[in-house]
Amino acid sequence: MLEETLVLFKNVRQPGYSGDLASYQSSGGYSALKKALKMKPEEIVNTVKESNLRGRGGAGFPTGLKWSFMAKGTGKPSYLVINADEGEPGTFKDREIMLKEPHMFLEGYMIGCYAIGCHHGYIYVRGEFVPAMQRLQEAIDECYQSGLLGDKIAGSDFKLDITLHPGAGAYICGEETALLDSLEGRRGQPRTKPPFPAVAGFNGCPTSVNNVETLMNVPSIINDGAEAFKELGPPNNAGTHLVSLSGHVNNPGVYELKMGVNLKDIIYDIGGGILGGKELKGVIPGGSSTPVLRPDEIDIPYDFDSLAKAKSMMGSSAIIVFNEDTDVVKFLYRIVKFYNHESCGQCTPCREGTNWSRLMLRQFVQQQGTPQQLKRLYRVGGNMMGTTLCPLGDACAMPLRAFLEKYPEEFQAHFAEAS
Amino acid sequence: MFSPEGQKKAEHILSRYPIKMNALLPILHLAQRENKGYLTPEWLEHVAEVCEVPATHVEGVATFYTMFKFRPLGKYHLQICTNIACGLCGGEKILEHVEQRLDLHAGHTREDGQFSIEEVECLGACGYGPVMIVNEEYHERLTVEATDKIIDELEKNTKELPEKILPLDRPLTA
Ligand SMILES: Cc1cc2nc3c(=O)[nH]c(=O)nc-3n(C[C@H](O)[C@H](O)[C@H](O)COP(=O)(O)O)c2cc1C
Ligand code: SF4
Ligand code: FES
Repeated sequence: MLEETLVLFKNVRQPGYSGDLASYQSSGGYSALKKALKMKPEEIVNTVKESNLRGRGGAGFPTGLKWSFMAKGTGKPSYLVINADEGEPGTFKDREIMLKEPHMFLEGYMIGCYAIGCHHGYIYVRGEFVPAMQRLQEAIDECYQSGLLGDKIAGSDFKLDITLHPGAGAYICGEETALLDSLEGRRGQPRTKPPFPAVAGFNGCPTSVNNVETLMNVPSIINDGAEAFKELGPPNNAGTHLVSLSGHVNNPGVYELKMGVNLKDIIYDIGGGILGGKELKGVIPGGSSTPVLRPDEIDIPYDFDSLAKAKSMMGSSAIIVFNEDTDVVKFLYRIVKFYNHESCGQCTPCREGTNWSRLMLRQFVQQQGTPQQLKRLYRVGGNMMGTTLCPLGDACAMPLRAFLEKYPEEFQAHFAEAS
Repeated sequence: MFSPEGQKKAEHILSRYPIKMNALLPILHLAQRENKGYLTPEWLEHVAEVCEVPATHVEGVATFYTMFKFRPLGKYHLQICTNIACGLCGGEKILEHVEQRLDLHAGHTREDGQFSIEEVECLGACGYGPVMIVNEEYHERLTVEATDKIIDELEKNTKELPEKILPLDRPLTA
């Protein structure tokens, strides 16, 4: 029977835990910050590098490496900006962190700021998350009151301010360069790269953008060491992660699991099996942009590399399960409609491709599909792949092509009578 | 145009950024709150002055984001998620039911100014679907019955709603 491995949520799972500063400190909270402030910043970057921590925002990029790319000696301030824009359908872990354990994330964030020499941190929170923002702001206020933020944090010489920045409803602002434009006070549209944020990010200064959960891993890495962290998963896929489980399972929710546990076990042990005792029809393994897996493809380890081997992605660790009653065509239509709505419109393949795919799929939903249209749909998907400024084009094309490849019979069932 | 209280909040927000333009989103949120939930051309110009950017820039930014409104919303703003995870659990049924009960299509505000319905994309609470936000409060694992109970309370004006305050609006303790 698969069970949770508790590092990030070790306090959260304690009955009666409130997540305020006193309760976090009484469980050993902020000891890692104190330890880190006695280390050299480069030492921290190296420890995080050695731990093999990979970003939890979707791309799985090694965090220590990202920090080491930060341009030095530019005479400009450096920034560590937090991506709390959580918008990929299926993903709901960052909100849970902010509501239930804001201080462990803040502690990791403070250590990260010290490591890269950032004196004013910004947390970009999606605009709809008002309750989560309020909870997080309370936690920040507590830190200011007790000297954990401000001029000399935790009695050191390090000065650090943290400001929450509310987004305003635009999924594309989760893409890191769009996020930076939005934070600067512009429309949130992805930038051309290079320059990368590590060279010219927020207001043209060296910037690293990281996900909330990514930073939440840092306190335990500092306290227990890189080796202990690496042991929590297969090589190159270190640590535990917060898995968002939703759709047709008996126990949806956010669960903390070791990297590399079996995907099928997550659904049947942790998730309690398929809702209503129905048959499984498919699994979206990493948020709505990741290619679907059929029931015979899910007996695999759940980590970055294994999912890539299965020609899908672990993305933001968001598993969406659907049962035999699901109309796959309608389901895909809803996914494509989302990306069409969220396209920022800068690139032709994305702006037009998401729209044409949506319109063609609508014909299928209305039982007006044709074999020619099916081929065209697949081709339009192909034309979006890798041809755009940011990965949103791919995010629409990947599930599109995977559904067409893996469930052809479902689309045929939506052909118009005459064809 | 900001009230004295709003002006103080605006100054606090501006003080948290290296450049005034950076504060544009939170200042727009603040302006929208001061003006009962929507922005007007006059407010956009005022925000432009506060953030020291051209008014056309502010307009371009404000219209990019779905949370900025240019028309009054109803007293109760119901945002219902129909994205895939909620959809698998009946999100569309909830939306249809609310539309029928309030005799109002999504994307519209009722003439008496009581209700607005909006069909929205994923709200980041997918495991607890179907999800609806009433003004700023999340309601999760909705059933038709639970939704009806919420609307009953709203219609009778007996529902307590959290105060509309964004974190940045309040002065930091430090
Ligand atoms: C369209 C799009 C949306 C994204 N949305 C998010 C998001 O909501 N949250 C997030 O952390 N990363 C998101 N990302 C990934 C970010 O661009 C970036 O990789 C991430 O913030 C880096 O943090 P990490 O290295 O800690 O994972 C998105 C990327 C794309 C292309
Ligand atoms: S791929 Fe789409 S969302 Fe990304 S920059 Fe191009 S148009 Fe905008
Ligand atoms: S799909 Fe409805 S909250 Fe995510």
